[in-house]
Amino acid sequence: MKIHEYQAKDLLREFGIPTTEGGVAKTAKDAAKIAEKLGGKVVVKAQIHAGGRGKGGGVKVVNGSAEAEAAAAAMLGKPLITYQTGPEGQIVGKVLVEGAVGIAQELYLGMVVDRASERVAFMASTEGGVEIEKVAAETPEKILKEFADPGLGLMPYQARNLAYGLGLEGKTASAAASFIMKLYRLFVEKDCSLAEINPLIITDGGDVMALDAKLNFDDNALYRHPELTELRDLTEENPSEVKASEYGLSYIKLDGAVGCMVNGAGLAMATMDIIKLAGGEPANFLDVGGGANEESVTNAFKIILADENVKAVLVNIFGGIVRCDVVAQGVVAAAKNVDLKVPVVVRLEGTNADAGLKLIEESGLNFQTAKGLKAAAEKAVAAAGGVK
Amino acid sequence: MSILVNKDTRIVVQGITGREGTFHTRQCVQYGSNVVAGVTPGKGGQDMDGIPVFNTVAEAVRERDANASLIFVPPAFCGDAVLEATEAGVDLVICITEGIPTLDMVKAKEAIRYHNVRLVGPNCPGVITPGECKMGIMPGFIHKPGDVGVISRSGTLTYEAVAQLTELGIGQSTCIGIGGDPVIGSTFIDLLRLFNGDPDTAAVVMIGEIGGSAEEEAAAYIKEEMTKPVVSFIAGQTAPPGKRMGHAGAIIAGGKGTAAEKIKALEDAGVTVSHSPAEIGVKIAQVLGR
Repeated sequence: MKIHEYQAKDLLREFGIPTTEGGVAKTAKDAAKIAEKLGGKVVVKAQIHAGGRGKGGGVKVVNGSAEAEAAAAAMLGKPLITYQTGPEGQIVGKVLVEGAVGIAQELYLGMVVDRASERVAFMASTEGGVEIEKVAAETPEKILKEFADPGLGLMPYQARNLAYGLGLEGKTASAAASFIMKLYRLFVEKDCSLAEINPLIITDGGDVMALDAKLNFDDNALYRHPELTELRDLTEENPSEVKASEYGLSYIKLDGAVGCMVNGAGLAMATMDIIKLAGGEPANFLDVGGGANEESVTNAFKIILADENVKAVLVNIFGGIVRCDVVAQGVVAAAKNVDLKVPVVVRLEGTNADAGLKLIEESGLNFQTAKGLKAAAEKAVAAAGGVK
Repeated sequence: MSILVNKDTRIVVQGITGREGTFHTRQCVQYGSNVVAGVTPGKGGQDMDGIPVFNTVAEAVRERDANASLIFVPPAFCGDAVLEATEAGVDLVICITEGIPTLDMVKAKEAIRYHNVRLVGPNCPGVITPGECKMGIMPGFIHKPGDVGVISRSGTLTYEAVAQLTELGIGQSTCIGIGGDPVIGSTFIDLLRLFNGDPDTAAVVMIGEIGGSAEEEAAAYIKEEMTKPVVSFIAGQTAPPGKRMGHAGAIIAGGKGTAAEKIKALEDAGVTVSHSPAEIGVKIAQVLGR
């Protein structure tokens, strides 16, 4: 789960981590009030989950409340397009207004669960404020790394290694080490999957502060953090993906014409791949999960068919514990529930596959059956209007 | 022969009295697996279809000589369950449960590093040695005893590959689902090494997917040490970056973990990569000349 910058900064403050101060506004008038209170030069920052806001015009440094109001008005309610949002952009619902600070240096600080070492990894770099992926690819030696022992946690010497490694000195180095230790505590206590402070700034006065903050959380751990689930902003997510998650389905919308309904994430990805190999484009990723009963299949059909690009649907179920004849009954019943207008190709394999296919063929509905993954994909692509 | 499990494996099921635990224990027993005990705290002294239930894994090991644990407990209790089985002294722990917090696994993995135990999963279908022992939730009947090892990050896609092999008359030595989470017990390399040393495995199918770098690491191992042919398929060639494709681990992040990178690394290591998921079986038949 992702949250907004202003929410992330609230969490930082909760853990005693220094960050820039300000307020969040839903209207330009409120933005002006916050700017008024802060006085002088302020920064107006669009609050969307995607990165790259600065380059996309979502961060403006302005003077006084009138300019802050104008800057906020230019952002609120309008789509902000960045390299992470896609061409349609993301509508800005809130802006964060903060007092501008004098910046002496911009650094990078990031934390992830590193898969290779199976530990929480810290990354720090003097190349702050830019895309860290670019630094990692072009000058990997500029990224300092420390790995926390899962039993002991991050040790103070590791935080010092990073602080001094960044070239900091004196009180500033101590403050940076303290910042790092506190951020580790936040990461672990809140089950983060990613924490990124980019940039971490050294102010003109030598203070260490988070100028931006990005926190992502492990979805599997949200059950023990009810306070975090309240921070979820559904307007940032694709509506059909939200709907799918309510149904307990895993769905990702794509741009093609062949809708896919599959059991299992790996097989669902493989089904998308074979549609592409057959000359078509998948309209979505959809994992109906282990159950694949009438209810889940009905919900899956509803979500797939709500996408008007879908010209045909491929149902690909490998019956293991779940029996194909039961799935077939679900597919037939679901098709009657949802007023099916596009052709559906059904491929069933595994437990009771023949009985399942017989039920599909005898249903009298607009179904084609297929044997094998390749044939199924080819039929579905043809049904969706052929090879593109 | 085979790896990890065989007819002598003595299984204890943790969470045997739960809905999933009971259902799948019955399926395993029906397949012929030797389930000698179950564990549910507070239900010690009861039995499930005649299988004695204990309060602790230590008792199950002591009383019934269990040497492998199959875990079905809910995600919040899995870290604890893995450590309990490890401390009790079983050789193999297979965790089926999906949805375990990543940091719980980071801790559990570190804790078991100092024990002589092998963990498979979590969030996986388990392990099967066809004709001998099914220790997981896969449909037993699609398998056939033989000499091809199968390792996969996926569930149903593994079944797809196995079914293709069986359809062509090619049996399997052992099939393992390693799980789709970011931190897992056994990696591709751990199992490739075991298959490399198993005299009755002639070739290996390795099914990867987008996200992480486990396939690239496996490719480096294969290039250096693997003496048997490997056929691979990587799922998610059409997946967009930044989107988690079902599995917590299946995400292209920061431009890393793409299928194209993985396929290239594997092909450079001499692996036969099937670009179509429908041709995994055919490729194995080709490399084995059958």
